[in-house]
Amino acid sequence: MAQIVVKNVKKMFGDFTAVRESSFTIEDGEFFMLLGPSGCGKTTTLRMIAGLELPTSGEIYLDGEEISQRPPSERDIAFVFQMFALYPHMNVRKNISYPLISQGMPRAEVKAKVNEVAGILGIHDILDSPVGGLSGGDRQRVALGRAIVREPKAFMMDEPLGALDAEFREHMAEELRGLHDRMGATTVYVTHDQLEAMQMGDKIVVMNNAVIEQFGTPQEIYDKPATMFVADFIGSPSMNFLSFQGNVEPGSDMVRLNGHDEAVPQSLEAAEGELVFGVRPEHVFLSDNSSYRAKVLAAEYLGTTQIVTLQSPNGELKARIDARDTVSPGETVGLEFRSAMVTLFEQSTGRALRSVLNNEVLTNG
Amino acid sequence: MSSFSVTEPSKRSKWVAGTLVITYALITMIPLVWILLTGFKSPADAISYPPKVVFDPTLEGYVNLFTTRTRQTQEFLDANPPQNWADDIVRQYDMVIVGPSKFGERFMNSVIIGFGSTFLSIFLGTLAAYAFSRFKVPLKDDLLFFILSTRMMPPVAVAIPIFLMFRNLGLSDTHLGMILLYTGVNISLAVWLLKGFIDEIPREYEEAALIDGYTRFQAFYKVVLPQAATGIASTAIFCLIFAWNEYAFAVLLTSATAQTAPPFIPTIIGVGGLDWPAVAAGATIFLIPVMVFTILMRKHLLRGITFGAVRK
Repeated sequence: MAQIVVKNVKKMFGDFTAVRESSFTIEDGEFFMLLGPSGCGKTTTLRMIAGLELPTSGEIYLDGEEISQRPPSERDIAFVFQMFALYPHMNVRKNISYPLISQGMPRAEVKAKVNEVAGILGIHDILDSPVGGLSGGDRQRVALGRAIVREPKAFMMDEPLGALDAEFREHMAEELRGLHDRMGATTVYVTHDQLEAMQMGDKIVVMNNAVIEQFGTPQEIYDKPATMFVADFIGSPSMNFLSFQGNVEPGSDMVRLNGHDEAVPQSLEAAEGELVFGVRPEHVFLSDNSSYRAKVLAAEYLGTTQIVTLQSPNGELKARIDARDTVSPGETVGLEFRSAMVTLFEQSTGRALRSVLNNEVLTNG
Repeated sequence: MSSFSVTEPSKRSKWVAGTLVITYALITMIPLVWILLTGFKSPADAISYPPKVVFDPTLEGYVNLFTTRTRQTQEFLDANPPQNWADDIVRQYDMVIVGPSKFGERFMNSVIIGFGSTFLSIFLGTLAAYAFSRFKVPLKDDLLFFILSTRMMPPVAVAIPIFLMFRNLGLSDTHLGMILLYTGVNISLAVWLLKGFIDEIPREYEEAALIDGYTRFQAFYKVVLPQAATGIASTAIFCLIFAWNEYAFAVLLTSATAQTAPPFIPTIIGVGGLDWPAVAAGATIFLIPVMVFTILMRKHLLRGITFGAVRK
């Protein structure tokens, strides 16, 4: 089991930059998520750690050893592919034992190992069947079996649940997380599904356009987004952005939103011009006392909560409120915000302004 | 259940389709059946008009194909009674068998050159196709076009330069020369067909093997080759059929040692009159290896030529 350090790693494909200088550390035993939209460089990053792509520059350390230019066979890292990539001409047992045979392990030992892994994954009964007829979940288990059988230093998983149907995904996600907790192996997991990342990850790296936008725990990333991209990408519905003209000074804890003073976490830097008031839907409340008015456009009923879409003077926003409150489209309501959870952004750069809320997270990242 | 189905053809269209297929099969098979039957006819039956469909089968054609015979005097024939059934057959023309004909040798030449060049085409073609499919080859598209361009004219168009080249290199009338020539013609087909097949094999399989501790070459022959078996088999059939049937180059470049069966069979006509049964017998035997090879590979071939049309 191992710590992985990625340091200033960069990957170019011809003139195209797939990953710009990126650095992060994956601690031993962590379940680490690489999250981002497709084409953001997350899979390339994963493949560089595994050795399927060589970085253009930068270093990768596995347990303190520099491995960035080594072939994958010399890295002792297992990889689970999105389409599983089970060898189609071999049965389940052969698929799982294949990595061991390459190490020249004696037959009896291979057999014992495969049986042990089959026990962990509950696939004893399909060991001798061809992989062609297996269900998605069983293929997934076999792919996992092939990865864990040689007890590698770390696991790389490239959207391993992407090929499963929604119902089964949930189940497999739990199984995966359970397997990780039992084995305690360092795992790097690529996904574009923010829910999956939040649900399973210990740490998340959010990437966009070849750049790391933010690196932290799921809570940090959700509550204290470093950029508008992260705020928008994480959460469903995503964070509301109310744009306004204004200025903040270090120490100020008020902004003027369309002539109304709204409290914000005390700012630690100065900014002026086009700013964005970012607030999550669950931190927006309807209140008749408030003079900040908005018109109800629609309400979606979700059982325990409902999502209300509103038109405010600073743009459209959504509020997540109790399902028992009655709102009807067309009526005008007052809005209040949970001021402690507000993040201000600079419109031009998309960067979050440092405040007492996010200072710690932003200075670390 | 309704009587109408979108996917299942109606009885009528099934019947029409069946009739068409059977008609087509009959039309294509009649020449083959004709050759097969002619091989067992006597020379007189073979040229009778109207053609005889019912006749007394004889192995005369086959005996004539495999032997050389001379006419002998009656005394000689009386002094030497027939040794075996083949002797019996030729005695009716006052002939005796003096030895084997060249057919066996020519047939073996065809086998060596046909299968040799097929093996070489597939071997080189697979490696080249893999490289074109997986690696960044400088000028890849130009190279692929160049390889294909060798097919843009009939190979015989370059017969004279090749003839001169072979003469200078001492490759004329050698097995090696013919194997290299047919490989040269077939390799473009092999590279293009096989590249298509290998492109269809997901890279993840090799990447999984690389991760599992195999080298690039091990991943190629342990994971890619078994996956490409279908493509290799169907490409091999196409290559073999070309090399096996090739006539023009064989006539031009071979004579004594490396002559293949196609240029040899017509020469039978000139020996002692128009011996059509012997020619038909030669053609029949000549057909057998390709037929057996194709039947063995039939399953692969069917999957092969429709490969890529439907995504699995």
